[in-house]
Amino acid sequence: MTAENRFRSDVPNQWCPGCPNFGILAAMQQALLALELQPEQVCLVSGIGQAAKFPHYVRAHVFNGLHGRALPAATGIAVANPSLTTIVTSGDGDLYGEGGNHFLHTLRRNPDLTVVVHNNQIYALTKGQAAPTTPRCEKTRLQVEGVEVDPAHMLATAIAHNCTFVARGFAGDIPALSDLLQQAIGHRGLSIVEVIQPCITWGNHPIDWYREKLLPVGEEHDPTDRLRTIELALQAPERWATGILYRTDPRPVFAESHFKRIDGRAMVDMPLVDRSILEEELSKRRVSLSG
Amino acid sequence: MKPLSLWIAGAAGEGIQTIGDAVARSFLTHGYPAFATSEFESRIRGGNSSVRVRVADLPINAPSPKADILLAVNPTALAFYRPALTEGGLAIGPDGSDSVDVSIPFKALAEESGGAIYANAVAAGALCAAVGIPIGGLRQLLAEAFGERGDEIVQANQAAAKAGFDAAVEQLGDRRPKPIPSRENRYAFASAHETIPIGAAAAGCRFMAAYPMSPSTGIITAFAKNPQLGVFTEQAEDEISAVNMALGASAAGARAMTATSGGGFALMTEGVSLAGMIETPIVIVIAQRPGPATGLPTRTAQEDLLFALRGGHGEFPRAILAPSDPQDAIDLTVRAFDLADRYQIPVIVLTDQYLADSTFALETLQLPPEISGVLKSEESTSEIYQRYRLTEDGVSPRLRLGHPEHLVVLDSDEHTEAGHITEDLDETRPAMVEKRLEKGRRLKLEMAPPSAHETDGAERILIGWGSTKDAIDEAVERLRADGRAVGSLHFTEIWPLPDLELPQAEYWVVEGNATGQFAGLLESELGLAIAGRIGRYDGRPIDADAILEELS
Repeated sequence: MTAENRFRSDVPNQWCPGCPNFGILAAMQQALLALELQPEQVCLVSGIGQAAKFPHYVRAHVFNGLHGRALPAATGIAVANPSLTTIVTSGDGDLYGEGGNHFLHTLRRNPDLTVVVHNNQIYALTKGQAAPTTPRCEKTRLQVEGVEVDPAHMLATAIAHNCTFVARGFAGDIPALSDLLQQAIGHRGLSIVEVIQPCITWGNHPIDWYREKLLPVGEEHDPTDRLRTIELALQAPERWATGILYRTDPRPVFAESHFKRIDGRAMVDMPLVDRSILEEELSKRRVSLSG
Repeated sequence: MKPLSLWIAGAAGEGIQTIGDAVARSFLTHGYPAFATSEFESRIRGGNSSVRVRVADLPINAPSPKADILLAVNPTALAFYRPALTEGGLAIGPDGSDSVDVSIPFKALAEESGGAIYANAVAAGALCAAVGIPIGGLRQLLAEAFGERGDEIVQANQAAAKAGFDAAVEQLGDRRPKPIPSRENRYAFASAHETIPIGAAAAGCRFMAAYPMSPSTGIITAFAKNPQLGVFTEQAEDEISAVNMALGASAAGARAMTATSGGGFALMTEGVSLAGMIETPIVIVIAQRPGPATGLPTRTAQEDLLFALRGGHGEFPRAILAPSDPQDAIDLTVRAFDLADRYQIPVIVLTDQYLADSTFALETLQLPPEISGVLKSEESTSEIYQRYRLTEDGVSPRLRLGHPEHLVVLDSDEHTEAGHITEDLDETRPAMVEKRLEKGRRLKLEMAPPSAHETDGAERILIGWGSTKDAIDEAVERLRADGRAVGSLHFTEIWPLPDLELPQAEYWVVEGNATGQFAGLLESELGLAIAGRIGRYDGRPIDADAILEELS
């Protein structure tokens, strides 16, 4: 595949050798190829962290912004150019922690974005502090006696807010993850794919420990059953349900009425407002003589 | 006519804005320039608030601390504002008020005309009588204002206005002024926060995200209410989101802006730094109010100049513009987008509560003749595109995210010319720092000098910036009328300050803060010797009386 992988970037990679992030990278490139996209049609957006370096390792348009702020930046990009396939790839600390408020309000907005959350349960780039996903009692370099707060349930939150595509994958299962990503990218509106990505440097457990906690949803799973899928999502971090947890018919995407008005054009292609319209606005301020 | 200062006072929710607007417009329809400014408390109902209208033969777009006529719609407001009444001034109050020149049963007359809701029209009618405006103009204004709501409402308003007018005429007796003669003069009546959106639309702004914060909220509201301006708006969850959304949209090729006040800008500062690093244009309006922290949410100040200048970590260029009136607000908004695009930098437009809540009478209100297009560097590109290619002037060809032929890579990390993360400290880092700063050096060369008023031969020159221009010029005129050789210099392009040759004079800097922020910049940047500083920091706008008092 690599010979014709047009999404392969020659930027030197800064991840730890053997990091499961490489699995997510491979799955993403496979998904983009399978969807027959061109690099010029894709924009990858991230915040800060090891996972947030992801966009540099894919040949595509890149917006590598501020810690926690990938979602608002991606929302601005998606509104300004609806024909672009905009994908956010960042860590759990970035998207659930520093950017938690944006996560909540992005769920409400439902912009046409795919959000890939690399969940490694740890702050890796800052060398091993608790993430919002770290289980209670787990010891870290900072929480030396163990974490004393509960982990955030962001996928359950997403389902509660009727995010119409919520999935979880595993970085160690590239074919399944690639399939999830393809479906997520193809879904209109906000789609969220959390990826369990064991940290081989700061994590407290071997990769098999993570693998054993995976709980693939079976064929009998009904992804439209909102309350049942919330229950499923709430099993984290003891068990991680994987696959498409929740999926319903798309609801109106953010800026839908704006897109209709401008026939889905990119803002850069909209003509300037007619000068006479603005002059009319100014002339309205002119107070005329009465009789 | 003799210059007049009229104050209309009442509680929030009593409709004094409507009365002030009706009276100001009545003057304007008769060919007289009326200026109106509002001051109010940070509450939804109750308290004391006023609308202050100034009228003369020539525009005086500046506040006065004195009222020649005070109309109060409730007794508390009457007592609160009465100290501002000039000697021999006229007090108009509700029936039962103590020692007023004219007492009007606002409620009773309104009810006779159709309901208590028409009390504002009664008050407007009474004020017209007190200043010599014929009732006809007000009747026509009411017809225009309420026409959409049907004849019944128009007629009730007109009846109420007439009742107020007649009641005032009867009580004024000999003090009733002669009707003012109509003139042919025509003026535009507008506020800066109304015209900033028009300037932005003219400049090709497409995207505006903001979080509501007084006194900036009128800007996003004006976009939302006027879809013909073609600007998409979003109320962000916080100012951090607002600035990052705007930067995302801008990176994707849409001219974009946000607006806030000092506290919101505090949240935006990391985004300002991001704009500096990824060299992505953005226009940020800071409508200033007094701080620190929540400060006085509905009052005015010029306290955020140094914050606008320094807010954001690291070193990168930016421009700061500060309009002095609604026409300036158009011109400088267009200029802000132009500078932001050409230098690929954040540009900050500083306004304040006073400017936001004041409606100016202007002889002309127009768009600049030439308005540049969007994304000037779109045409550029060789075979290999590099977003941060090193160039002589520091400005790299800028393509948008989503360009169909070339991939664009933007990175908040220090980056290579291609936009990828680098730790090359020997060459790339110094070259990128120099590249960014070179843009600032070039920007400085095109910043406009201050406008000069009566500086030839002036022994003393007052320097101001932003919204204080007309108040300072009023002070200059009054001093010159006393035979004093005084002039003024007014800056609206604040940063970077251009190199200037200034005449020998005694310089006084007038600004709405306690620490002399602009005075300090003039000293450090231009080496200008400052003889005195006049700072106002009580939350009120600077007026000519306050300046004269400090100078005396």
